Amino acid sequence: MSAGRPLLEVAGLDAWYGDFQALFDVSVSVAGGEVVAIIGANGAGKSTLLRTVAGLLPRTAGAVRFDGADLAGVPAHRRVALGISLVPEGRRIFPSLSVEENLLVGAQARRPGPWSVPAVLELFPLLAGKRRRGGGQLSGGEQQALAIGRGLMANPRLLLLDEVSLGLAPIVVRRIYEALPAIRAAGTTVVVIEQDIGQALRAADRVYCLLEGRVALEGAPASLDRDRIAAAYFGVRA
Amino acid sequence: MTTANNLVQGLLLGGLYAMFATGLSLMFGVMRLVNLAHGDFAILAAFLALVMVDGTGLNPLLTLAVAVPAMFVLGYLLQRGLLNFAVGGDGLAPVLVTFGLSIILQNLLLELFSADSRGLDAGAIEDTSLALGRLNVGWFPLLTLVTGAAVLGGLQLLLARTRLGRALRATSDDPEAAELVGVDHRHAFAMATGLALATVAIAGIFLGIRTTFSPALGPTRLIFAFEAVIIGGLGSLWGTLAGGMVLGVAQTLGAQVSPGWGVLTGHLVFLAVLAFRPSGLFGKPVTT
Repeated sequence: MSAGRPLLEVAGLDAWYGDFQALFDVSVSVAGGEVVAIIGANGAGKSTLLRTVAGLLPRTAGAVRFDGADLAGVPAHRRVALGISLVPEGRRIFPSLSVEENLLVGAQARRPGPWSVPAVLELFPLLAGKRRRGGGQLSGGEQQALAIGRGLMANPRLLLLDEVSLGLAPIVVRRIYEALPAIRAAGTTVVVIEQDIGQALRAADRVYCLLEGRVALEGAPASLDRDRIAAAYFGVRA
Repeated sequence: MTTANNLVQGLLLGGLYAMFATGLSLMFGVMRLVNLAHGDFAILAAFLALVMVDGTGLNPLLTLAVAVPAMFVLGYLLQRGLLNFAVGGDGLAPVLVTFGLSIILQNLLLELFSADSRGLDAGAIEDTSLALGRLNVGWFPLLTLVTGAAVLGGLQLLLARTRLGRALRATSDDPEAAELVGVDHRHAFAMATGLALATVAIAGIFLGIRTTFSPALGPTRLIFAFEAVIIGGLGSLWGTLAGGMVLGVAQTLGAQVSPGWGVLTGHLVFLAVLAFRPSGLFGKPVTT
């Protein structure tokens, strides 16, 4: 990647969720190697943003550029081959595939890279010894670990994590986040949607806060105080 | 003795029904599409073999080498060019499209080949049999069952062990999540339809050797295929083989009582399964 060019650049994006406009003129820029968290209330457009970047939803205005290339018209499965993996909200594990098969199907795009079934199992001890277990017979935390592992199997340059900690016990959330440094060390850039603001501020280099489909706040965690975040999150002016 | 003989004949016939049913089951499993033209594609393959036999004098079993790949390609193109536009919306579109295809195929075959019944002659294998004690088992019905089992076993291996198989099962579970791991669902659907037509081509040619066929025979075959799938249980390939055998045995034993009772007995067994065990003999209980 050439110096200075962001890995992911979302510029002036409008997107619709059905008949409802979910994003208004959203611009987000993520540099290679960063961990960026996206926070915001329910319905703020966080998932719509990631789903549009992944190619599941069409953009109606603006642009999504990946490593400088415009992704307009590129279908979701081609974006995986380019190096964008979305770990969707609700994990979406394939229930009729075993844990190992869920990981193997993650490598469908045949991108070369460091991740393999043993590497993922080492990253998530939660899954160790459950290779043959059916995808539908896992706990929420195991499903989340498997979903992230499945995303990693595509050896993405950009990993998008939608609602990582939703519905998980705090201890499980911590174990999932413990994998982040290793993912980052493998050269992967991460964008994560996080409900838990404290967790987001601890894990991320930069945070975007969305409010009603617009970027309300952006910055490094150290530069943001609680009042500004609360104002951007809830839309109230102190 | 007659009963024992009919029982064996019915079991062997199950191999043919299973071959008819497996493609129907595969397409439904992967893309929730009921292909009402499935039986007509079998008859199309039988006519394809007939043309080759008439033109070259080949044994019809050898025409499989051409007809099966040709039907695979036809299935792939049919899905990419037509059926992919019908799936994914409401459930009615694929039913109407494949119903239309069924009518087009029947009339096309009628136009090209007339309504006469035709047959494929595979030579000595059709008339010779293996003596097992006092039972005589025809080599050709035996070959049909072995082929049916091989087709199902091959398909099972493909689904369980290969990259394509995992992609098809993932697409069946959740098409959008499959897209997110890099599976092009349009391609996956087309491969499923290609495989379905390849298997039903084998079934159609075996049918043509076993008995006579005519352009309007497809829908009857479709019903037998449906019955084999439902009796065996949706989503279980070996269940489909068992379902085909149950249907085959019911038909031959029914026909033993009275020739007119054969097909009816098969339908009655099917209705009984629907009434008392709707998930089929080997299917998982339906939970939605």
